Amino acid sequence: WGGAAGDSGGGNDIQWCFSQVKGAVDDDVAEADIISTVEFNHSGELLATGDKGGRVVIFQQEQENKTQSHSRGEYNVYSTFQSHEPEFDYLKSLEIEEKINKIRWLPQKNAAQFLLSTNDKTIKLWKISERDKRPEGYNLKEEDGRYRDPTTVTTLRVPVFRPMDLMVEASPRRIFANAHTYHINSISINSDYETYLSADDLRINLWHLEITDRSFNIVDIKPANMEELTEVITAAEFHPNSCNTFVYSSSKGTIRLCDMRASALCDRHSKLFEEPEDPSNRSFFSEIISSISDVKFSHSGRYMMTRDYLSVKIWDLNMENRPVETYQVHEYLRSKLCSLYENDCIFDKFECCWNGSDSIVMTGSYNNFFRMFDRNTKRDITLEASRENNKPRTVLKPRKVCASGKRKKDEISVDSLDFNKKILHTAWHPKENIIAVATTNNLYIFQDKMN
Amino acid sequence: MAAALGTGGRGQEAGQEKQAMQHKDPIAPERAEELKLKAKYPNLAQKPGGSDFLMKRLQKGQKYFDSGDYNMAKAKMKNKQLPSAGPDKNLVTGDHIPTPQDLPQRKSSLVTSKLAGARSTSILIGP
Repeated sequence: WGGAAGDSGGGNDIQWCFSQVKGAVDDDVAEADIISTVEFNHSGELLATGDKGGRVVIFQQEQENKTQSHSRGEYNVYSTFQSHEPEFDYLKSLEIEEKINKIRWLPQKNAAQFLLSTNDKTIKLWKISERDKRPEGYNLKEEDGRYRDPTTVTTLRVPVFRPMDLMVEASPRRIFANAHTYHINSISINSDYETYLSADDLRINLWHLEITDRSFNIVDIKPANMEELTEVITAAEFHPNSCNTFVYSSSKGTIRLCDMRASALCDRHSKLFEEPEDPSNRSFFSEIISSISDVKFSHSGRYMMTRDYLSVKIWDLNMENRPVETYQVHEYLRSKLCSLYENDCIFDKFECCWNGSDSIVMTGSYNNFFRMFDRNTKRDITLEASRENNKPRTVLKPRKVCASGKRKKDEISVDSLDFNKKILHTAWHPKENIIAVATTNNLYIFQDKMN
Repeated sequence: MAAALGTGGRGQEAGQEKQAMQHKDPIAPERAEELKLKAKYPNLAQKPGGSDFLMKRLQKGQKYFDSGDYNMAKAKMKNKQLPSAGPDKNLVTGDHIPTPQDLPQRKSSLVTSKLAGARSTSILIGP
């Protein structure tokens, strides 16, 4: 696999070029700066990142320059705020990390923007609003806010709004706390735009965006005796169109689809997606590498994609017994599983994403490589997020890893890969060919070459 | 090239280990890796997916010294028959007692993210 034909001319017709990189250049990465989630909003105008220090940074795309119609606006900082802070669970003497596990945007309903951000235990609804005018000309107050002596007021005037420098304010509107004993791995907003789910290792809860003091438990896989625990929930997502349907994936490589109309507690799945395993190929590592780290519905809602350690699989919701497509992300790692187990890399949780038209899927790998698979042409490409590619209008050069044998020029051998440089989080603009790729502490934005 | 449909990728040799085929029966790369691991760690538990493994996964986060836990653990060692904590017993309590060396360094003060602060390299794709 992955012979010369695989990477020639790019995995698809898109020619990717470097656009921007955000973040510090220094090699000494502070833990707080490690990026933990990346998400475009529904229009693609806003791009949010969360990090291990509990901070959210939102970038906004500049309006397209009318004179430069063949360049897309660049993303600049729009707002940044401290979403979560470190907490302490006194009962268990455990620290609760402030790391932002997921950010999900709400569709825009009015002038303000809303997003949900979550750490291990608490979900917060943030409102991001703009202020570009302020009232001036009060009768009883000076412009600096001090109160005037009413006896000095001789005339009356009507206060008016005057323009001011744009100020973007973020305020927490709802805090959804104390509903998860275990660590939250996913949040997903329902297509009804009123409810959302949050999933931890063993349970999934359903919330109403307006109600913080109550949530419904809809999945509970905690066994009565914890000694019997065999699998945990790894990710969950609502169907993009059917407000009664959601899926959750497990550490054993299965995906369960549930219908909330069937019962209040969806412990019994409506569909179980699992690929049969060849028992003769089973090894100590089989279950670990089958653990699904991410599940994402296609925009159409007809398919879903799962990411396990070595591959990306596309499932047709109408077929439970096997995926319809399987793409190898870095098969050369199969013969390195022993060392990857020892350095814990085998537990890395890679995410995956669809492009706007569901024709291409993307996921990250090691050495700051990321991979794209074109579902129509069946071609794939490996690219690298690196500051060395900072040349404008230059198409990114495809990368190739040499699994064994003679290494060709420009190839990199498996043993030279840097396993500390992992791309776990990537996002694709909902409409355009613009992608955001997070390395450990930098955010890269790539665009296709226009013209 | 994308892999063939429905193979799942498990146990696929992916065209490697031609030498193995010449000498003896080809061992699947996963199995070979398993043997390597067992050679290094002979006491490794047979099933990695067991409840101990998953419990470790559920128990994330920095554990701090707790005098209550410490005394519980001491008592446990002397007296095997402790009253059961019930089905929901938290295995971590009383079992893991951090030492001063385990404690993390003091967290640094909250500052603005470098993604927002530092000047970033932006190159517009223009004419």
